[in-house]
Amino acid sequence: MFNMTKNVVTNLFTKSSTRLYPFAVRGHFEGFRGTLLCNIDECIFCRTCMIKCPSQCIAVDNKAGTWACDAMACVYCGVCVDVCPTSCLSMTKEHRPVATEQQTIFLQGTPKKKKKDAEAAE
Amino acid sequence: MARTILPFGPQHPVLPEPLHLKLTIEDEIVTEALPTLGYVHRGLEKLCEVRDFNQMIQIVERVCGICSCLHALCYCEGIEQIMGVDVPRRAKYLRTIWGELHRMHSHLLWLGLFADAFGFESLFMQFWRVRERIMDIMEATCGNRVVVSVNVIGGVRRDLTPEQCQWIEQQLAISEKEIKQLQTTILSDYTVKKRTVGKGVLTKEQAYQLGAVGPMLRGSGWAQDARQTGYAAFDELGFEPVVEYDGDSYARCAVRFRETLQSIDIVRLAIARMPAGETAANVSGAMEDDTLRPVGGKRGDIMQAYNRDKHHRITAAPPPNFDIPAGHVAAKVKGKPDGEAVTRVEQPRGELMYYIKGVGSKNMDRVRIRTPTFANIPPLLAMLPGCELADVPVIVLSIDPCISCTER
Amino acid sequence: MLETIPVTIESVRDVAKQCFDEGWRLVTLSAVDLGEAGFDILYHYDKDLVMRHYRLTIPKETVVPSISPVYFAALLVENEIRDQFGICFADIVLDFGGALYLEEEVRAMPFCKVSVAQKQC
Repeated sequence: MFNMTKNVVTNLFTKSSTRLYPFAVRGHFEGFRGTLLCNIDECIFCRTCMIKCPSQCIAVDNKAGTWACDAMACVYCGVCVDVCPTSCLSMTKEHRPVATEQQTIFLQGTPKKKKKDAEAAE
Repeated sequence: MARTILPFGPQHPVLPEPLHLKLTIEDEIVTEALPTLGYVHRGLEKLCEVRDFNQMIQIVERVCGICSCLHALCYCEGIEQIMGVDVPRRAKYLRTIWGELHRMHSHLLWLGLFADAFGFESLFMQFWRVRERIMDIMEATCGNRVVVSVNVIGGVRRDLTPEQCQWIEQQLAISEKEIKQLQTTILSDYTVKKRTVGKGVLTKEQAYQLGAVGPMLRGSGWAQDARQTGYAAFDELGFEPVVEYDGDSYARCAVRFRETLQSIDIVRLAIARMPAGETAANVSGAMEDDTLRPVGGKRGDIMQAYNRDKHHRITAAPPPNFDIPAGHVAAKVKGKPDGEAVTRVEQPRGELMYYIKGVGSKNMDRVRIRTPTFANIPPLLAMLPGCELADVPVIVLSIDPCISCTER
Repeated sequence: MLETIPVTIESVRDVAKQCFDEGWRLVTLSAVDLGEAGFDILYHYDKDLVMRHYRLTIPKETVVPSISPVYFAALLVENEIRDQFGICFADIVLDFGGALYLEEEVRAMPFCKVSVAQKQC
């Protein structure tokens, strides 16, 4: 009948299993999909990430050279990271911090000139 | 004879998801039960018209949070059947491993909820503490705790290094010891037995004719499990279902408990027999320069990593950090699906069936999902008449209701 | 492609009775909107891990006999097909009358390619 007694007594006399968040925070394992980061200098604005995103949260404008991601609509699946041809997208393991308002990541880069225009300008 | 109509749900402490049952009771005995569904209907099947067949993997995973990997597996198998893709053997073994880990964490979740259904809250917490270890394994190997997003058409997105396999085996050995410690309590305790033995009895013929699946069917004496059809690596690993013969809530609880222990053995077998494989070279970039920050919001302070010792107490050592192997373990996929396929997979709750129809465009014509709880609700309506009102929560929970699966 | 056995509206219930007597288990019904050609209803049966599929192709606005007197498990699926596609089933054992998922003020059928108005049947 007293099957759980040993368990209960062990629990009573050892330290608590819960941690005092926010003073003690649990880290994440390597490879956890926490935050999406984009290296805008490498981006060629091919819009593959926009086309492949399952939640359609990335908006890329190749004329103006902007890359925007609705950080709260993103499901952090990592498909964009897998398909990016220049590997400028990556995911780090930290969570985005808690926010009180809508978060959009908006990055401005230089749109790549086509080869013909670059040669004509020279 | 006083006749009352009592609403059970949609919010109820034992129900993980909203389900409404209109119970007609006469002096505490239930005489009739009428269900009302639709509280979490999201129309996910219709999204196949606007999302292409690769994006649908992520949609289909989110039909159910607890068994998400198996939904994606069934969908990917359906598309692979239509397109004639040959999945590498290593990917099949990896899919099996992650599928069985999902089954373990789902059953541990259910065992905890079941204990909570008759008020045994401390056992509920004990089961969920064991479950945390399984979630850590998923986080370390797949990248996320709950919706792991690791299946693609043609294979899987992540690989397992030998160090990771060794670590998984260590963690499973500890989990097995912890689960076995809880066995006497959930299966032999006097109070647990009084609340579950003889409640919600489904006879063998009834279970089959009413269309029950999964542990409901196996708890009533039928040895039927979709893993016997040999999908993923089960044709090479072989499989015997766990069966009980009484057909009451206690029998279903025993089936799920024994399946948890069986899954540990399957994972160990799969790791031992996994073939070495080729990985497709599809490298995901790693950030060297961390000066780029998302706009808005302060970056949090340094996250202290904690590990747990054998009593699950916190020590200050960091968790093991593995090098994440680059690349997918998947076959190349070309073209668009054209044709129909029916695939079946064994979810923790029962047999999941997908009917997928493609017409040669990038959007599928129809993705029809038949989830196990959908098939288990008619037997529930047949089980409830004749039971007492105090047994209704235990009986409803013993079918393992995943209502978000039912009304995708 | 999937191997299916065609059935007609008259024979649906007899086929169901025959499968029930032979020990087949109903897995589910699937409905597909074929656009101009009407609807396709597939009946999936299973016995000992072998599946059998029957296909019923009907034009729009037909009433299909329900198999729930034979297979109790079919009632939930037939109500759902009624809500999503507007296909009416006759004599369902427990009939929600189109109110399983939908509210009364919904007029269009959600899953049809070209909107079909709510039917009262």
